[in-house]
Amino acid sequence: MIPISWYLLLSAFLFACGVTGFLIKRNIITLFMSIELMLNGVNLSFIAFATRLGTLDGHIFVFFVMVVAAAEAAVGLAIIISVYRTRETLNVDRVNLLKL
Amino acid sequence: MNSIYFQPWLIPILPLLGALTNGLFGKRFTKTAVAAIALTATAASFLVACVQAVILLQSGLPALEQYYGTWIQTGDFSVNFGIYLDHLSLIMMLVVTGVGFLIHVYSVAYMEHEGGYYRFFTYLNFFMFFMLTLVLANNYLLMFVGWEGVGLASYLLIGFFFLKDSAANAGKKAFITNRVGDFGFLIALFLLIQHFGTLHYGTLFVIQNSALSHMPVEATAGVLTAIGLLMLVGACGKSAQIPLYVWLPDAMEGPTPVSALIHAATMVTAGVYMVCRSNAIFSRAPIALLAVTIIGTLTSFFAATIGITQTDIKRVLAYSTVSQLGYMFMAAGVAAYSASIFHLMTHAFFKALLFLGAGSVIHGIGGEQDMRKMGGLRKYMPWTFWTMLIATLAISGIPPFAGFFSKDEILWQAFSSPHGSKIFWFFGVITAFMTSFYMFRLIFLTFTGEYRGAKPEAGSSHGSHDDQGHHAPHESPWLMLAPLVLLGVLSIIGGWVGIGNRFEHFLDPVIQKVSVEQSVAQNGEAVTKPVSDGEGAAEESKGLENILMGVSVLVAFSGLGLAWFLYVKRPELPSRIAEASGGLYTLVLNKYWIDELYSAAIIGPLVALSRVVLWQTIDQKVIDGTVNESAVAARDVSQIIRQQQSGLIRSYAGWIAAGAAAVVAYMVWMGTR
Repeated sequence: MIPISWYLLLSAFLFACGVTGFLIKRNIITLFMSIELMLNGVNLSFIAFATRLGTLDGHIFVFFVMVVAAAEAAVGLAIIISVYRTRETLNVDRVNLLKL
Repeated sequence: MNSIYFQPWLIPILPLLGALTNGLFGKRFTKTAVAAIALTATAASFLVACVQAVILLQSGLPALEQYYGTWIQTGDFSVNFGIYLDHLSLIMMLVVTGVGFLIHVYSVAYMEHEGGYYRFFTYLNFFMFFMLTLVLANNYLLMFVGWEGVGLASYLLIGFFFLKDSAANAGKKAFITNRVGDFGFLIALFLLIQHFGTLHYGTLFVIQNSALSHMPVEATAGVLTAIGLLMLVGACGKSAQIPLYVWLPDAMEGPTPVSALIHAATMVTAGVYMVCRSNAIFSRAPIALLAVTIIGTLTSFFAATIGITQTDIKRVLAYSTVSQLGYMFMAAGVAAYSASIFHLMTHAFFKALLFLGAGSVIHGIGGEQDMRKMGGLRKYMPWTFWTMLIATLAISGIPPFAGFFSKDEILWQAFSSPHGSKIFWFFGVITAFMTSFYMFRLIFLTFTGEYRGAKPEAGSSHGSHDDQGHHAPHESPWLMLAPLVLLGVLSIIGGWVGIGNRFEHFLDPVIQKVSVEQSVAQNGEAVTKPVSDGEGAAEESKGLENILMGVSVLVAFSGLGLAWFLYVKRPELPSRIAEASGGLYTLVLNKYWIDELYSAAIIGPLVALSRVVLWQTIDQKVIDGTVNESAVAARDVSQIIRQQQSGLIRSYAGWIAAGAAAVVAYMVWMGTR
């Protein structure tokens, strides 16, 4: 049996990739993908714990996370399209009007 | 006293009503209406005062008192609104309302062509209200209200021509100088409260005199001495004594009736009144009394010397007023309070007359105040001449005019009183000589010889007196002359009440008898003065009194003679004498540079201190600095913090990640601990 620490390490690696990608990439779609990566990293540790402890709670949580992520993806993609239509760019550093 | 006619509160209230009516609505009234209201108020006040005087005298009681409710009540200490009418306040009240009324009448004509007619009469009535509060109050606090009120009225009236810088400054000077004195008076009141628990005249003086708590005469400086000296500071401010006299000559910037009413006849005598009112305190504090005498003597002497050299007719009179007030202080200081009040009364008559006469002269020649540009006015304004001559004879102490009796009484008391001394008498006589000299100098310069004034061009402005330009000197209207004549009569007969010491006995109930021998013995002096304990001593003292009287009359006539010789017979001499005396003349002409000395020694450093320390350091640096710097600090901090809201999503994300990492690190650390 694969030890739980391996799942957790993979999960942490995925989450770290997501954070790094979010911080260093500029394209909004890439940021979006980074967010999905972070969510799935977390999902993986949920599943790993749920399997290990033999409960259903973790599975249910993962479903909720996936539902929210789907909804977020729908709204987010709509926002991205609308941003691209008005600003003709997907560079997140240039979408910086919301400031003092 | 239950007579329904005893309503002394009406005396101050009537002028207050006049002031309120004129002050609130006067702008819409005609000049006649304004004058009618002011005159009615004052005349009614005078009539009521006469009625109250008759009631008091018929009652045969030493004093009548009436209460109108409590003013302040804290613990054991309480102050009432009340009126205290005894022989002292009776005299003051009659002088204030009587002379005040005459000056109101005079002002009607004098102020005819001035702006702010209603304002003038409002202030004048306002002054009457406070002055009467001052003299009629039954406790020191109410007296202090009047005291401050007359100061305010004086300020307003000195600065009446407030568009002139000199008038506005003179007003400020008077007000601020008086504050110095009021400071002393106020502390004296605090001491009274602390040691006696009351400010009520009756209670206060009974406490001191009762067998139980009899206050002895203080041999050394004690609490009564402190109170007396502090009161003297207050009196010096109000009554223009050394070292606080400097405001009075400048106060001549006000209209002439104001100089007559406030700065000669009534307000400036408030200090004398206060000292005499507090005789129970002063008589028990020989050191304070001595200070009063010394200050009075010095003031009367120095002011008289300055008066000799002045050329502005009103300034001569101003210094003469300071000098005469010095006489009153001298008398009060030798515990001859009745002589002091007697001189106060006669002085009110003849000095008011002199000022009104001077006003008439100034009015008649179109605003000129310099005596060197007058002369020969006798034939143009005979009424003014004759009335002023009477006043001059009175002030010079020539019998049988009013001033002779009061001044002679003061000199005699200065000589013979147990508190007196030959030195004071000597200075008094010298001053009397100078008084006679400078007053007749004024008369000769103004009324005899040839008219030296230039023909005033039409429409020229005359400083304080905005006239339409006169072509020749002319006599004043009858409305101005009538008060002159009445005051002239009073200046002649006003002193006769003093014959046979009647005036002195009239004030007996007011003056507490403090054992003289005790006082002198405790003062550390041997009893050398002739104490009238036998027939022979009384005879001897009577003879001495007559000799001294002869001396003072002689001195008055020699002053007259010298003035006549210098200004009529040999008019070229004065300037030669002035040249010959050189530095001394310049010194006196410049009033001993007292004003300059004060501005260098006190005002300059004070202004510099205020400017550098209070304004530029404390106000600008500390207070403004605190406010401004905290605003600047808030702005700078915000400037740093606002950088965080960059609009860059990745920057926000970075902060969130860092925060999350910090939380995780914290929890890990907590878990492993």
